[in-house]
Amino acid sequence: MTKTNMSRRGVLKSGAVAGAGLAVPTIFTAQSAAAYTNEPTGSTVTLGFNVPQSGPYADEGADELRAYELAVEHINGGGDGGMLSTFSSKALDGTGILGKKVEYVTGDTQTKSDAARASAKSMIEKDGAVMITGGSSSGVAVAVQALCQEAGVIFMAGLTHSNDTTGKDKRANGFRHFFNSYMSGAALAPILANNYGKDRKAYHLTADYNWGYTTEEAVRTSTEAMGWETVAAVKTPLTQTDFSSYIAPVLQSGADVLVLNHYGGNMVNSLTNAVQFGLREKQVNGHNFEIIVPLFSRLMARGAGANIKGIFGSANWHWSLQDEGSQAFVRSFGTKYGFPPSQAAHTCYVQTLLYADACQRAGTFNPCGVSAALEDFEFDGLGNGKTLYRGSDHQCFKDVLVVKGKENPTSEFDLLEIVEITPRGQVEYDASIFGGNLGACNGGA
Amino acid sequence: MDAIILQILNGLDKGSAYALIALGLTLIFGTLGVVNFAHGALFMIGAFCAVTLNKILTLSHTVIDPTKTDFLGNPAKIQVPYVYDIFGESAGASIIDWSVPLAIFFAIPVMIIIGFIMERGLIKHFYKRPHADQILVTFGLAIVLQEIIKYYYGANPIPTPAPAAFKGSFDFGAMLGFDPNIIIYPYWRLVYFCFAALIIGAVFAFLQFTTFGMVVRAGMADRETVGLLGIDIDKRFTIMFGLAAAVAGLAGVMYGPINAPNYHMGMDFLVLSFVVVVVGGMGSLPGAVAAGFLLGILESFASMREVIAFIPGINQVIIYLVAIIILLTRPRGLMGRKGVMED
Repeated sequence: MTKTNMSRRGVLKSGAVAGAGLAVPTIFTAQSAAAYTNEPTGSTVTLGFNVPQSGPYADEGADELRAYELAVEHINGGGDGGMLSTFSSKALDGTGILGKKVEYVTGDTQTKSDAARASAKSMIEKDGAVMITGGSSSGVAVAVQALCQEAGVIFMAGLTHSNDTTGKDKRANGFRHFFNSYMSGAALAPILANNYGKDRKAYHLTADYNWGYTTEEAVRTSTEAMGWETVAAVKTPLTQTDFSSYIAPVLQSGADVLVLNHYGGNMVNSLTNAVQFGLREKQVNGHNFEIIVPLFSRLMARGAGANIKGIFGSANWHWSLQDEGSQAFVRSFGTKYGFPPSQAAHTCYVQTLLYADACQRAGTFNPCGVSAALEDFEFDGLGNGKTLYRGSDHQCFKDVLVVKGKENPTSEFDLLEIVEITPRGQVEYDASIFGGNLGACNGGA
Repeated sequence: MDAIILQILNGLDKGSAYALIALGLTLIFGTLGVVNFAHGALFMIGAFCAVTLNKILTLSHTVIDPTKTDFLGNPAKIQVPYVYDIFGESAGASIIDWSVPLAIFFAIPVMIIIGFIMERGLIKHFYKRPHADQILVTFGLAIVLQEIIKYYYGANPIPTPAPAAFKGSFDFGAMLGFDPNIIIYPYWRLVYFCFAALIIGAVFAFLQFTTFGMVVRAGMADRETVGLLGIDIDKRFTIMFGLAAAVAGLAGVMYGPINAPNYHMGMDFLVLSFVVVVVGGMGSLPGAVAAGFLLGILESFASMREVIAFIPGINQVIIYLVAIIILLTRPRGLMGRKGVMED
């Protein structure tokens, strides 16, 4: 048996020492959490807009840049305020972010992953950008998102539609407002079944890269669940310009629907070729032959001209939406630039406001604080109805548009008509189905 | 059998474009000895001649229509083309509808002038320089030209439709006794093939049956001897450069309705056209044409679902694979001439 002689003074001393000892790491932890990559110290904060300024998506990049400039103007209190007046969160007051005036630098992604990473890196390391946003390609988005994760800055994705961006390649520092391939399939399938029936045979032409695969898979799964049969799925090289040799055999296959899982120049050329071959004038299996373009973009639709008339597709947003937020944005953008914004412009504008708002609500630019403020944030008034930034994969969930090429456009911008606004509940899914792991947020420094 | 006929047809129009570009490349190489990497850009500029003429024909004045509103709710501004005012709405619409064929007459002088400027202003300074220098300077020129086009016309493809009379397709299979809808072929692609055949025939006839052409052919065979006879062969070769530019430009003009023109389309064709020239045989005009059609048709066959299923990825490498095989078995290409590029 042992006896311990512990006095009251001894217990107090030991407790104080032990307490101090335990507190030391906490203090150090707290101190290191306060320091993060490019913490703004002056009266300004710098955002990095990384968009395609050259290459095939340069026009889309130019529209993104217009939207970013407008967003900065509104955040700093300029212009008519745009969507700030309709945004459900009222944290932003037109004095910048956390009292700091917003400035920006731009980079050129060239729609090439390595170039996009280089320009993002330069904006972070040389220009002190605290957030990177933009882009018109899923490959670029995934690459830049990974870079931002390593660097300890927030990445607010621009136009990226692949499931992978917030699926298997998701990162804690990355957030996507734009919809994805799964949502396109889920929104389109019921409309296609209603308009074309459930007894259809589909032939897919799919761009041979990541986005093409996920879009084909999403549309196939959704349409097959409705009773359609997929008779063939052919991958086409990304560099293909003439699709005649891929389109000519479609009728021989017995298919009565052609799904073009193409975007950009691929979409313009494959759709033009399909119309040239007169597919839409044919009758197969007792049905009119139909063409579907799962992801529509007004800028791309303009390239396809009259060929898009009557063709179904999906979109994240369209300027003809009548809700207050959309109208406010169209008014601001249209007044400043003279034409309506594209969906790429819309998502980039909204992402900038959401980031600024999250910083304001979190009271910090620290990526981990901003990330926490964005996770499971529910908002309205930004053009797609009530929207949720889901915490488990950093994907926004909102209404999705099913659109159709307009038969009688009244202007070069009036190319698509909204067929249905698919409610958010219909395009939601379990975050685990696409795998991936968010990991922990990285504040850098 | 039907699939074979179908892919041969598909290969014809693609082969037509390859053949026309390769023909111009070979003309320039055969006459001036220059490896012209800007030739694809000339094809692209030709396509933009059609775009430009369409823009000229659709130049409009604004009329306010108080019964309609624009996207901001203001009275709509309706664009009325001046040709409607001059020729009436019906005739004006027909002129705009036929802008692509009309662009042929616009493109010929434009392309010849561009060819002259390119040759006199830049390329003539590189005649005696190594081929590597020529490739670098012409490739640089191609990039400059495409960036200029992008600056003025944007990066997106610009729809350039064929006249309404040539829209749609015809059932070639039914004409041959096959089931309906098995072999269909667009009217405009048939027009393109016929147009290419006409241009190729005209170039050959020009070289074969005119004194100018005879001198040029003699110059291609032995430049020094022709020069010693007191003939200014350089001047004729400069004219040939302009002619080659016009051929590439015309190929581009008529290609617009097949694929909407964009600033990058020249580069898409350039590398393949060089492969065509090498496979056909450096300096051989018939070789360039034959190889153009051969590789166009082979590329179509390689895109068949059944072929891709048998050899995955063959559609992306077929042209290069054939080039390797031909160069291994016939180092001068299909119809290459002895002594060309062999020094």
